[in-house]
Amino acid sequence: MAREAVIVGAGDVPLEDGKVVGGGSVLQVQARAAKAALDDARLSMGDVDGLLVAGLWGVPGPGLLPSVTLGEYLGIAPRFADTTNIGGSAFEAHVAHAAMAIEKGYCDVALIVYGSTQRSERSRTLGGRPSILTMQFENVWGIPQPVGGYAMAARRHMHEFGTTEEQLAEIAVATRKWASLNPAATKRDPITIYDVMNSMPIADPLKLLDCCLVTDGAGAIVMTTADNARAHGAKAIHLRGYGEAHTHWSIGTMPDLARLTAAEIASRHAFEMAGVSHDAIDLVECYDSFTITVLMTLEALGFCKPGEGGAFVSGQRTAPGGAFPLNTNGGGLSYCHPGMYGMFLLIEAVRQLRGEAGERQVDNVNTALVHGTGGTLSSGATVILANH
Amino acid sequence: MSDTYQKPQPVIDPGTKPFWDAAREHRLSIPRCNSCGQHHFYPRELCPHCHSDDLEWSDVSGKGEIYTFTIARKPAGPVFADDVPYVIAMIALDEGPRMLTNIITDDVEQVAIGDRVTVRYDDVTPELTLPKFTLDKD
Ligand SMILES: [Zn+2]
Repeated sequence: MAREAVIVGAGDVPLEDGKVVGGGSVLQVQARAAKAALDDARLSMGDVDGLLVAGLWGVPGPGLLPSVTLGEYLGIAPRFADTTNIGGSAFEAHVAHAAMAIEKGYCDVALIVYGSTQRSERSRTLGGRPSILTMQFENVWGIPQPVGGYAMAARRHMHEFGTTEEQLAEIAVATRKWASLNPAATKRDPITIYDVMNSMPIADPLKLLDCCLVTDGAGAIVMTTADNARAHGAKAIHLRGYGEAHTHWSIGTMPDLARLTAAEIASRHAFEMAGVSHDAIDLVECYDSFTITVLMTLEALGFCKPGEGGAFVSGQRTAPGGAFPLNTNGGGLSYCHPGMYGMFLLIEAVRQLRGEAGERQVDNVNTALVHGTGGTLSSGATVILANH
Repeated sequence: MSDTYQKPQPVIDPGTKPFWDAAREHRLSIPRCNSCGQHHFYPRELCPHCHSDDLEWSDVSGKGEIYTFTIARKPAGPVFADDVPYVIAMIALDEGPRMLTNIITDDVEQVAIGDRVTVRYDDVTPELTLPKFTLDKD
């Protein structure tokens, strides 16, 4: 019988005011998250023979070979490694790559890990990428990275479709409502559209409350075969479909700034593989680096037509109790955003599919779509997950 | 002058040197493909449209229109702090490709998508000229 890869573990580390509780190096926090996910899976570190890592840590230095360094630190000798780094969507791609490796028999237990201590280290800045190779045509203009690129996409979307700043604010407000239901979220106080509109201007038309948080964070996902999951009594989350794509990194070469081409390609393949329609999706977790990211993603995933994202999110339709539950942990906008957020989309989807999301649990979630976006609207990776 | 210019400068490489050399001579030069006839930017070894390697450098008009833009209200690092608010724009050159640049204007609030623009060379150091743009309506 064919091997089926499933997700059996999800874990993260507690945060307080956006910082890892108790502190720790970026290796320590990844080890803690890995152990939490393995405990959740009823597996141990010694079972891990596949290691998938992407990060922004230890560069230049040990982070140049992140799986090699992390494998050493964890005391394992994985026979499958994947350090695909396509930005914050890397972990959705890792789930797909791990599934292919497991189903081919190339490994049996895959551990996907991410960690960042950027908040504690105060290391996030708006400039600072070396002006070499492709970036020599970006940095010289003083474009704030990455917000400037997203701002230009928002401006173009408004120009083509009449999208408004108030519609973008709807997303920030709805996401904060979800965060208020998540005890682990960094920002839980309610906000209004007025608050978003009047928050500090960053890069027109984006304002502070259109932008994700800057926090620490660490998380991990464990995958194995469905047979192995059954043998260990772990709750299996099934992978119905996946897809990924990337189109550019330099914002000047993005094919169309009002359309998220990478998400269109990735999600089309995921839906085809899953053989389900949009109606079958009970819950969506999508990358919210900025409010505009969400709006363009919903259009690209096909939940509404191009240009209709503004109307789609209006009237708090994505808030708790709304017609379209979205980013139910409070998202990168209000829960946490440790640089590459895609890991936390997966963890939340797993918890919702298992019915373990507490006060924010959405009723009757059986199929969830997770979509990560990385770079500057550069990459997209979709996974469709089910609890049956 | 180069001692006082603190902003990021391109690390020019063999693939990009003709562009920056031309800018220093106040010309805007970008690759054009002899196979499909299309221009592209930034400069590459293979045409990104048809993947031909039959490319040549071609001086272009330096005219175009604003495809999109943002006004930086917070600087991209301390070296840009004195410039706030400043405009980063993506120009659709009349020859086709898009190019990131700055719009030089006294009134950032009047910048709009679709505005016609013309290149203006900013000699920031004796070795480096940045092709920026001005609004034709200014
Ligand atoms: Zn060509």
